[in-house]
Amino acid sequence: MSTALKILVPVKRVIDYAVKPRVNSARTAIETAGVKHSMNPFDELSIEAAVRMRERGSPTVTDILALSAGPAKCVDVLRTAMAMGADRSIHVEISDAEIKEKGELEPLGVAKLLKKVVEKEERNLVILGKQSIDDDSNQTGQMLAGLLGWGQATSASKIEFEGDIVSVTREVDGGVETLRCPLPMVITTDLRLNEPRYASLPNIMKAKKKKLEKMSLGDLGVDGGRRLKTVKVEEPAPRQGGGKVEDVDGMIAKLKELGAI
Amino acid sequence: MTNPTLRRQVINIYKELLNLGKEYPLGYQYFQTRLHKAFASQAGLRDDEDIKKGIERAKYVKKEVEALYYVKRYRTLRQRYAEN
Repeated sequence: MSTALKILVPVKRVIDYAVKPRVNSARTAIETAGVKHSMNPFDELSIEAAVRMRERGSPTVTDILALSAGPAKCVDVLRTAMAMGADRSIHVEISDAEIKEKGELEPLGVAKLLKKVVEKEERNLVILGKQSIDDDSNQTGQMLAGLLGWGQATSASKIEFEGDIVSVTREVDGGVETLRCPLPMVITTDLRLNEPRYASLPNIMKAKKKKLEKMSLGDLGVDGGRRLKTVKVEEPAPRQGGGKVEDVDGMIAKLKELGAI
Repeated sequence: MTNPTLRRQVINIYKELLNLGKEYPLGYQYFQTRLHKAFASQAGLRDDEDIKKGIERAKYVKKEVEALYYVKRYRTLRQRYAEN
């Protein structure tokens, strides 16, 4: 008899992948005001992974809890998560004033917060996106596993259960690696894990009735202060246009000029 | 008089498609006008079997659009994150 799964899926609200990010005028961050936001694509993969575990039915999934920390609008991504199949969600609200005072949460802060939630809600599996497409830290899952003292499998492209042992295929440089690890554990998802479903209109409606709990960092006893300071944010240098050469001699001359031959 | 259950189904699938269209790469306006035209052109259907076929076709289109969104996003991310 295998243990029933109680899954936690943290999701992040990020600038939509299709939007070209702009640096703000003070060169301290990316402009977020008036820009389309959506759920981090890697987090969609983790929701989908959790929902598919339930649909497979073995081992039993008793509860899928989605969580997001950030400003009031994070509720939108939680609703999407619930429309995709999460049972309920927690919104750790960080007001705009708090963000102004302390700055946005960084991976360590998120990991500490998740640890508290894992303990409070008695989770035995956490599935996270391997990184968010805005700051690309790729740290939260690893830090959380470290804080909890659990096993971790990052960049998963396949997850299978053999009783209480989870077998995870990971994407690594130049191939794949298979890890076997007992529950409880932390898994982070990679792009090839699955194809996230589209939240359909009827499911979006049903998701409005699902439970959404609000909390603050204080309720969880976590200090969201930053340890890192962003010094400067800059756009990448514009691409230099290429030139055309007339003939082979022209090309050789050009290559010599550039010191390539 | 058309079958009310089928009528309901047609309206539902139309709404679902409209909702999908909000994220269409060429813009909602582009999607909405074409969707409306496609449905309007079939408005004369009276036979139940024909209407059912139409609904099936709409469901097929819905799947195609969802697949289009998925592939578009997958490719963009793959391009951004694949090491080369």
